[in-house]
Amino acid sequence: MKIIVPVKRVVDYNVKVRVRSDNSGVDIANVKMSMNPFDEIAIEEAVRLKEKGVATEIIAVSCGVTLCQETLRTAMAIGADRAILVESNEDLQPLAVAKLLKALVDKEQPGLIILGKQAIDDDCNQTGQMLAALADLPQVAFASKVEITDGKASVTREVDGGLETLLVTLPAVITADLRLNEPRYATLPNIMKAKKKPLEIVKPEDLGVDVSPRLKTIKVSEPPKRSAGIMVPDVATLVAKLKNEAKVI
Amino acid sequence: MTVLVIAEHDNVSLKSATLNVVMAATQTSKFTDGLVHVLIMGHKAESVVLAAAQITGVAKVIYVDGTQFAHGLAENVAAQVLTIAGQYSHVMFPSTASGKNVAPRLAAKLDVAQISDVTKIESSDTFERPIYAGNAIATVQSTDAIKVLTVRTTGFDAAIATGGAATVDSVAAVAGSRNTTFVGSEIARNDRPELTAAKVIVSGGRALGSNEKFMEIMTPLADKLAAAMGASRAAVDAGYAPNDWQVGQTGKIVAPQLYIAVGISGAIQHLAGMKDSKVIVAINMDADAPIFSVADYGLVADLFVAVPELVSAL
Ligand SMILES: Cc1cc2nc3c(=O)[nH]c(=O)nc-3n(C[C@H](O)[C@H](O)[C@H](O)COP(=O)(O)OP(=O)(O)OC[C@H]3O[C@@H](n4cnc5c(N)ncnc54)[C@H](O)[C@@H]3O)c2cc1C
Ligand SMILES: Nc1ncnc2c1ncn2[C@@H]1O[C@H](COP(=O)(O)O)[C@@H](O)[C@H]1O
Repeated sequence: MKIIVPVKRVVDYNVKVRVRSDNSGVDIANVKMSMNPFDEIAIEEAVRLKEKGVATEIIAVSCGVTLCQETLRTAMAIGADRAILVESNEDLQPLAVAKLLKALVDKEQPGLIILGKQAIDDDCNQTGQMLAALADLPQVAFASKVEITDGKASVTREVDGGLETLLVTLPAVITADLRLNEPRYATLPNIMKAKKKPLEIVKPEDLGVDVSPRLKTIKVSEPPKRSAGIMVPDVATLVAKLKNEAKVI
Repeated sequence: MTVLVIAEHDNVSLKSATLNVVMAATQTSKFTDGLVHVLIMGHKAESVVLAAAQITGVAKVIYVDGTQFAHGLAENVAAQVLTIAGQYSHVMFPSTASGKNVAPRLAAKLDVAQISDVTKIESSDTFERPIYAGNAIATVQSTDAIKVLTVRTTGFDAAIATGGAATVDSVAAVAGSRNTTFVGSEIARNDRPELTAAKVIVSGGRALGSNEKFMEIMTPLADKLAAAMGASRAAVDAGYAPNDWQVGQTGKIVAPQLYIAVGISGAIQHLAGMKDSKVIVAINMDADAPIFSVADYGLVADLFVAVPELVSAL
């Protein structure tokens, strides 16, 4: 069974982005870029399935600019066997990415597609569910445990009140939540090996997909600032302030 | 045109998040000269239908009953909404685990974009939503005929739960998917208010050190304040608190009257989930902890001393 893992290149989770003064977007020139943290978890899960003998090949896919090759090399250093870059300078929104992935799913016929639940830049939380819709596959979003037996996946997912377990027939789409696993670090030898693994480059046109954005960003602004608070010296002062000043208790 | 709200419920009671979505829908309908309808897909969910029909601002409740909707499976729910979505200008879900699961599936089937976590309706096609863990606010305009949105409940007041008199329609159910089956769930029941609807939240971080300590220190504080309990990701990952207590960018987004952060450093991902709270209190040993930058009242102290002291002072 093949597994496809889509990985997105995003601003590193440690970076606090700044809004551009002309409100046209956030400033990402010269900031550290990394693989979306949820996608590292997705890759790790695929690698574990391969180590268990469930999967035979892992294909990492990224859609975006030329530099996404770095993200794909990282995925291969963690354990993906090969990679596909769908190269485009367009602002790729989740629906467009889902269509590109659908085209690759048609071509590669994977048994499983594992995505991250959410990209930490656009915070959309959409692409996996959209891919499942377009490919007409079962979906399990926000997975915290995956077990594969006899062509089915038993998946535990995080829901608002706790956890639930679903059984889906493969092929299926799964999106990874934080507690699915703890991703390994890529070792130096594996980083070296990843440089020699195959990385194919295709264009959206090659896949017959129109990637024009459906949403227009009118402006990007700073969130409202909280006014500065005060430090209190002790618990008694805190209680007095909450009672008499804030009036919340 | 009319706005459709997808109700959140557990077949017994209507979840309060639905009220916030109805408010967002009511605001949107002012721009579209339309009405607000609520769709309930469930199994033996008549009590939910009754509740929804009483919400102020709702003109019609559409009820679909079937075992295939008992657990809100995305495949079945999206397929059902798809049968009527074409009659609406907007389809709105709450930004909850179930709304986020279904809305993109529906949008893709309709070949439209989905707009996540809307916090403000600017016009019928223009919306505000936070990006980058809330460090920026994007104003986006949709060019699609049907707008599929998830609504961040903290962005909108709750519609009034009573006073309405909506008509109720039943429609036929689509067949359920054969490729997905519900196996079971572990939903914790407790008497505390729901995290996303609570007036007061007490939240604990990695500093609590163990599940035993977390409960021993935080529970009396929550009891005193009739508060919901929350946690940082670090506390959840370490097993000190259950998964669904996580507050933050990738957990629950909350905005209570009072949020008390105990032994939480204030990483941007945590702040993303709570910085719209009305009053924030932080208790942390480290005077330089970033949580103090959003706190109205900061106390530099050892939580193991300060929290019990606070409990007895309340
Ligand atoms: C993709 C991604 C998503 C994430 N999503 C979330 C999310 O949704 N929510 C979330 O919370 N985090 C999230 N995180 C994690 C986040 O980056 C932080 O790691 C996490 O919030 C830290 O939790 P903490 O503050 O409890 O722990 P720490 O950062 O370790 O802070 C512990 C604090 O306790 C204080 N302390 C220690 N002992 C005491 C004492 N005795 N008394 C008082 N204070 C004490 C310390 O000074 C310190 O400030 C995410 C991270 C990633 C990469
Ligand atoms: N441009 C992209 N290239 C590859 N994968 C992507 C891309 N955008 C989104 N994804 C995948 O979809 C997931 C959810 O993203 P989003 O819907 O944007 O929050 C991510 O965690 C990735 O697995």
